[in-house]
Amino acid sequence: MNQFSYVRVTSKESAIAALAKDKTAMFLAGGTNLVDLMKSGVTNPERLVDINKLPLATIEETKTGLRIGALAKNTAVAENDLVIKHFPLLSQALKAGASPQLRNMATVGGNMMQRTRCHYFYDTAMPCNKRNPGSGCGAIGGFSRMHAIFGASDKCIAVHPSDMCVALAALDATVIVAGPKGERKIPFGDFHRLPGDTPQQDNNLQRGELIIAVDIPFNQLSANTHYLKVRDRASYAFALVSAGAAMQIKGGNITDVRLALGGVAHKPWRLKEAEAWLKGKPATEENFRKAAELSMAQAKSQGGNAFKLTLAPNTIVEALKTAAAQA
Amino acid sequence: MGIDKKSEPLNRVDGRAKVTGKAKYFAEFEVPGVTFCVMVTSAITRGTVATINTKTAERAPGVLAVFTHLNMPAIPGWAEQGNNSKLPSGGEKYRMLGSNKILFNGQPIALVIADTLERAQHAASLVTATYNKAAHNTDLLKNKEKAAMPPRLGDYSRGTDKDAHNTAPVKLKADYTVPVEVHNPMELAGILAFWEGDDKLTVYAKTQGVKSTQRTLASAFKIDEKNVQVHSEFVGGGFGMGLRTWPQEVAVAAAALKLKKPVKLVMTREQMFTLVGYRPYTIQHISMGATQDGQLTGIYHEATAETASYDDFTEGAVSMTRFMYACPNVTTKYRIVPLDRGVPIWMRGPGEATGAFALESAIDEMAYKVNMDPLQFRLKNFAETDPERNKPFSSNNLKEAYQLGSEKIGWAKRNPAPASMKDGEWLVGYGMSTGVFGAHRGESTCRAQLNTDGTLVLQSATSDIGPGTSTAMVQIAHEVTGLPIEKIRFELGNAAFPPSGSQGGSATVSSVGSAVYDVCTALKGILTEAGLTFDNGAVKPAAGKSDSLQDVLSKQNKTFFEVTKSSKGGEEQGKYSMYSFSIHFAEVRVHPGTGVVRVKRVVTVADSGRIVSPKTAASQMIGGVTGGIGMALTEEGVIDHRFGRFVNNNLADYHVPVSADVPHIETIFIDKPDPYTNPMGSKGMGEIALIGFSAAVANAVYHATGKRIRELPITPDKVLSA
Ligand SMILES: Cc1cc2nc3c(=O)[nH]c(=O)nc-3n(C[C@H](O)[C@H](O)[C@H](O)COP(=O)(O)OP(=O)(O)OC[C@H]3O[C@@H](n4cnc5c(N)ncnc54)[C@H](O)[C@@H]3O)c2cc1C
Ligand code: SF4
Repeated sequence: MNQFSYVRVTSKESAIAALAKDKTAMFLAGGTNLVDLMKSGVTNPERLVDINKLPLATIEETKTGLRIGALAKNTAVAENDLVIKHFPLLSQALKAGASPQLRNMATVGGNMMQRTRCHYFYDTAMPCNKRNPGSGCGAIGGFSRMHAIFGASDKCIAVHPSDMCVALAALDATVIVAGPKGERKIPFGDFHRLPGDTPQQDNNLQRGELIIAVDIPFNQLSANTHYLKVRDRASYAFALVSAGAAMQIKGGNITDVRLALGGVAHKPWRLKEAEAWLKGKPATEENFRKAAELSMAQAKSQGGNAFKLTLAPNTIVEALKTAAAQA
Repeated sequence: MGIDKKSEPLNRVDGRAKVTGKAKYFAEFEVPGVTFCVMVTSAITRGTVATINTKTAERAPGVLAVFTHLNMPAIPGWAEQGNNSKLPSGGEKYRMLGSNKILFNGQPIALVIADTLERAQHAASLVTATYNKAAHNTDLLKNKEKAAMPPRLGDYSRGTDKDAHNTAPVKLKADYTVPVEVHNPMELAGILAFWEGDDKLTVYAKTQGVKSTQRTLASAFKIDEKNVQVHSEFVGGGFGMGLRTWPQEVAVAAAALKLKKPVKLVMTREQMFTLVGYRPYTIQHISMGATQDGQLTGIYHEATAETASYDDFTEGAVSMTRFMYACPNVTTKYRIVPLDRGVPIWMRGPGEATGAFALESAIDEMAYKVNMDPLQFRLKNFAETDPERNKPFSSNNLKEAYQLGSEKIGWAKRNPAPASMKDGEWLVGYGMSTGVFGAHRGESTCRAQLNTDGTLVLQSATSDIGPGTSTAMVQIAHEVTGLPIEKIRFELGNAAFPPSGSQGGSATVSSVGSAVYDVCTALKGILTEAGLTFDNGAVKPAAGKSDSLQDVLSKQNKTFFEVTKSSKGGEEQGKYSMYSFSIHFAEVRVHPGTGVVRVKRVVTVADSGRIVSPKTAASQMIGGVTGGIGMALTEEGVIDHRFGRFVNNNLADYHVPVSADVPHIETIFIDKPDPYTNPMGSKGMGEIALIGFSAAVANAVYHATGKRIRELPITPDKVLSA
């Protein structure tokens, strides 16, 4: 690990100022990803700006939805009554992630900002364009079992590993961020990005910007939701593929639906085409299957992850079936 | 002779110490002035270190020394260099930091020693190296042509028709793969070493054998064994990786000698993948022949496993096939392929776990081919006597075990047709397998000390890597002497105690337990001579005597009686074939859409003689099955052969089973004493708990889906693609 200094800030302004002042400084939230990255020499901040004392951990109801503070712990969000009532999908997705110990430390902002779990990224003896632009992509032609089937580039085929973000993408959340130039809002779907030629950039947050909160608008989708995570063991493993599904069903017909996948792309993969196709149709397995197939049009195997071309549509179908069977 | 009653289930005698943190593991010992060692490891797989820059690291705060091949203190026992012609590879010996040669990825290239762990870690990050890379081979599949007969294990063949497996009316030919598995005990490996002068070494170690660690260190430094103190009272799991004292541990002792300071090394999880062994990647071919009515006529079993370029690691992957079934023609071969990898080592159920996956899967496949129930097929080919050695088994209660297990799981009630049973969306499957392991007994010595207050202290230089050795030993002493449990203490993990073997091969209860039995029996004799006797849980004057234990001891001017006994098997060991057996039944659920496999229920039956300590024995079975679930479904060390490096060397990506993967495991013990193994009538237990279990799961997956998966672990992608 590199040597670094540590400072604890107590206001948004001082947090933002601390990063503006020092190009090597980084925010420290739960530390569950950042500290690991520092230990393996992937990220070498010379200054850690601890934001845990900022008053950003609340979960409150607004006129249009829920506002979840960036420092709310994953456990707190997953177990919050308002979240469970309005957005059960978010609670389910969070609980499918990591372990209780990690969720007790991990924050909403940190979860969004967590980096890929691609092993080549973590091993400084291996090539990786995300860690070291221009060094090549170790995963292409290598161990690509966990990697992307959507939106990959010839520079990077990594996936974003978060479960929570799959739910937030499905729920049309908005990210509130603050920076030296003030506050701005980023629709969740625009927060993370595809790797393209600059895989070193995971998302569209600008250097020095602080995530303040996430807004989730109310919807009519809480009765029929399911987050299905397929993984190599029953708990405490990253998704091979996960699917978040939320539906409103009236008289057997789907009146509204949200669908997103995890473990398949550099960002949570929202399936808008499938959603549009399903809307107004009966909630039958046959329709779910068709929607799933529709979702796979752009999917591409990297070799080691060819099974995801089968697993992803099957996971969509299972998630929709289970969601439809609720209540 | 012998103990003839059933044992009471006893709580672990050291359970409280363990859960309250009072039990101290090697890294927890505080030694004044201790310094910390961090290893820098090779980023390439084969070649040489061209340059290594340690200047910045040496100048970093708190750094005491950086040792590389350029300045590593000589280790006298390592002086011998050069080719070792015995190896199939003719490869060079591995001498850590002895030269600039790199023989495997992750090999240490520098030891950084500093006054705090953090400073050592930081300084280690400042060491830079350049390499001359050479082409490397880490992929067994691409190097099969290098397969060679290991010097230590010949081929086996019996029967007059070597080709029976090829010419039988019903034939099966199949290949099975067991990947690299890494022991991954919770406790990280390492050592804490310090010297008094230049010939007295003390270490706190993580080892499965304090005596073997003592021998290794004594011979490395060419000092008297008595001058090497080894302490290892508590070990946080070993599974085989602690059966060797590893080069880096010896090197730390050398650094401590040079610096004249205590040095502590705790390896990283990543280093646990490359520097303390692993279960070798093994491919197996089985060709099996049977008659239409299910009589085996021939088996050919060939296993090819990886080893290091510098060592001929060999294990008994084909041993079970030689004797398990009454098949007239059997041929087995074991081959090793030297690769640019660190050396493997025994891992729980060594060899047999690998072989049993293949054999017990093949048996299941053949049973389906001849249209028989896999259980009936096994019974039909049951070996009443050992067909390999032509000797009777010392005990073999497999038939009873088959019956008990199958009744408990409801074997007969299942629909045996593949892909015929469902539970909602999920496919349901039942599978079974057999496991075996030699019931070994080694020589062991135990000292007993009976104190004035009537407490009994027993000492032996054995280890406890978790099974509850002390508990079992206290139980044996209790059964021989009748003294209450709380008056008996068993001490282990100290090389200064009377010698015993390492804790491996499921032999500890049999070996050390016999010594405990014998020493307690000898103590009884001493008491008789002294006019005393064990009576109803206390030492009392013998009939017609009046002097108490205290009286007798004080008259003899003593504070205790002591006796030391060495114990080993007699000629019965050669007359019988001695094995422990297990039967595993698994019920699984397989999701047809996602390929997810869940083990729903397990019944495991052990025929391991008389059960000395029922509670810890049950824990052993549960732990073994849990390891078996890992082997079957989740565990695989993945190497990117382009680089020769692991790509999942941490506990997030190398999947050991978590609680949610482990269902209720029902353990059944036959609990019948074996008349010949040892005075307790016990047979080993640690290995059979795991051996064969992976086949039970694979067979259950076949029953559930009709898909035969011959490559472990059975992950969702394999189920979907099969
Ligand atoms: C073993 C293991 C298993 C895991 N399994 C899963 C899993 O199954 N599913 C899953 O979804 N996740 C999983 N995780 C990841 C876990 O969810 C993340 O590590 C966690 O959410 C990160 O949150 P944190 O608060 O600890 O972030 P930190 O580690 O503190 O920070 C992460 C990054 O976010 C930045 N950051 C933090 N807060 C802000 C903010 N408010 N504004 C701007 N930048 C910020 C930091 O500067 C840093 O770059 C796992 C992690 C581990 C270690
Ligand atoms: S997939 Fe992306 S993160 Fe992984 S090695 Fe390639 S560039 Fe690096």
